[in-house]
Amino acid sequence: MSFPWAEQYEPKSPFMKWLDSRLPLPRLVFNAVGPGYPVPRNLNFFYNFGVLAGFALLVQIITGIVLAMHYSAHIDTAFASIEHIMRDVNQGWLIRYLHMNGASFFFIVVYVHIFRGLYYGSYKAPREIVWMLGVVILLLMMATAFMGYVLPWGQMSFWGAQVITSLFSAIPLVGEPIRQWLVGGFAPDNATITRFFSLHYVLPFVILGVVILKVWALHIPGSTNPTGIDVKGPQDTLPFHPYFTAKDFFTLTLYLIAFVAVSFFIPNALGHPDNYIPANPLSTPEHIVPEWYLLPFYAILRAFTVDLLFVPAKLWGVIAMFASILLLLFLPWLDTSRVRSANYRPVYRIFFWLLVVDVLVLGYVGAMPAEEPYVRIGQLATMYYFAHFLIILPIVSAVEKPLPLPNSIAEAVLGKSAAQVAAAPSGGVVAQPAE
Amino acid sequence: MADAQTAQPDIPRRDFLYIATGAFGAVGTAAALWPFINQMNPAANVRALAKTEVDVSAIEEGMAIKTIWQSKPVFVKRLTAAEIAEAEKVDVATLRDKQTVAERMPVKRGWLVNLGVCTHLGCVPLGAGQGEPKGDYGGFFCPCHGSHYDPLGRIRRGPAPLNLEIPPYTFKSDTVIEIG
Repeated sequence: MSFPWAEQYEPKSPFMKWLDSRLPLPRLVFNAVGPGYPVPRNLNFFYNFGVLAGFALLVQIITGIVLAMHYSAHIDTAFASIEHIMRDVNQGWLIRYLHMNGASFFFIVVYVHIFRGLYYGSYKAPREIVWMLGVVILLLMMATAFMGYVLPWGQMSFWGAQVITSLFSAIPLVGEPIRQWLVGGFAPDNATITRFFSLHYVLPFVILGVVILKVWALHIPGSTNPTGIDVKGPQDTLPFHPYFTAKDFFTLTLYLIAFVAVSFFIPNALGHPDNYIPANPLSTPEHIVPEWYLLPFYAILRAFTVDLLFVPAKLWGVIAMFASILLLLFLPWLDTSRVRSANYRPVYRIFFWLLVVDVLVLGYVGAMPAEEPYVRIGQLATMYYFAHFLIILPIVSAVEKPLPLPNSIAEAVLGKSAAQVAAAPSGGVVAQPAE
Repeated sequence: MADAQTAQPDIPRRDFLYIATGAFGAVGTAAALWPFINQMNPAANVRALAKTEVDVSAIEEGMAIKTIWQSKPVFVKRLTAAEIAEAEKVDVATLRDKQTVAERMPVKRGWLVNLGVCTHLGCVPLGAGQGEPKGDYGGFFCPCHGSHYDPLGRIRRGPAPLNLEIPPYTFKSDTVIEIG
């Protein structure tokens, strides 16, 4: 679906007409990311991170397919095959560094994308399913990234696999059988590395499938925008192509500069040196940490140190860690404010930034050893994380007095008089907002 | 109208056919699915309960060694008289996982055999090797999430819910332990 004023696809050449009546693929592209998709004209650069995330996924898939041609999924040869890629395979070092850092950059843009959604209320009706599919993608990304990190079979790979699969043993009664089912043995071993390789290969394509569903769901109501108010007429939108394709190419260029700069000059800055030590099942590294993008959740896992209400501390940690992500599925109904954008929600805006700080604190604590004062800070930050969504957000939504909203997107962008001109039927100024 | 009336008695028969077909299909699908789920469980070679023999003749009082059983690390530790005396003083009721000194050393007093697998999330606790930190209770310390165990492998502080697991084992002679 699209707005009624969207440009219509009209094939010109006889071949395109012939194709359009048989396989209307060009029509699909035209309506999805071409001139046939009108987009609110006031989007800022934070709205570019969805496209960047899609690009990051493609980079991971392409580099990953190539790496799989040289990698060997066996506990005896996996570590050596990674070194083979780094030293012997032509440009193998480059492809592996792009894949390693590509994962980090994927998470960077996805986290910015998520917080953009939180700030501008993108999760609210009618876009709840868009948001929920995003949460599903986040979970799939975490599972995929975790399994990928196990494949080199270094020390962090092995002990990361041991710790994460042991999470499931916290489940009463069936926990230990589930853990053994996941790793295919009593401890991570060859059966683990082969299944993780298989799943690590296939899950990105599952993610791609969910991305397609998400874009489909997004294109029903169209994008939100920084004012949070609905599109009311043609004066509020611009065609996706050429306006937003050009803008997306601009940020893509900046993204690529940052991505290759890190991959070329500090390729191991975001990794852990212990993963260049082959896995040793008899010796746990002094200090196990997951990859940086999982640190906040790791801090929540470790925040529970005492048994509560007959539930062991271990199970509380596991429940809290999964709940911290699954909670986001309910966000559209926890925030009942009818105003979307934090620009017009003075109280919510303060708590939004407190949440950002809280997540950064959790990430910092997750990277620190399990000792005081980090344990206590982690406990307080975990408490605040859940309080934000379960207590603060519903109360703020109920009592906050929002600022007055503009009448339309065009008015917010161009000012009242210009918006009236733009809305007029003869409005040739629509394409020249800079005037 | 006449058709509708004559069709009425057929409805329970139709329902039965739908339900029977559905149930048959569901059972068949589940049966077909099972091998694809079960293939991920430990394979026969992994399941085969390998027994491990450990020569403990070189272990002095206060020393421990690390060995492997079922691809899991095992600590074999010989406690000093002072450690045992200290452990006897602890009120078992105050422990998270209430086990007495005798229950921790069921085969031979002074000899502790337990898995080197933290009951929290499966890291190998430190304290069995020379010079490793032993934690606040002088036993084992898990560096991953800060679980402290006493010299008998009993959980005293931190997120782990249980004492270090004791595998089945026997003394085959004075100097050889068989685990498994």
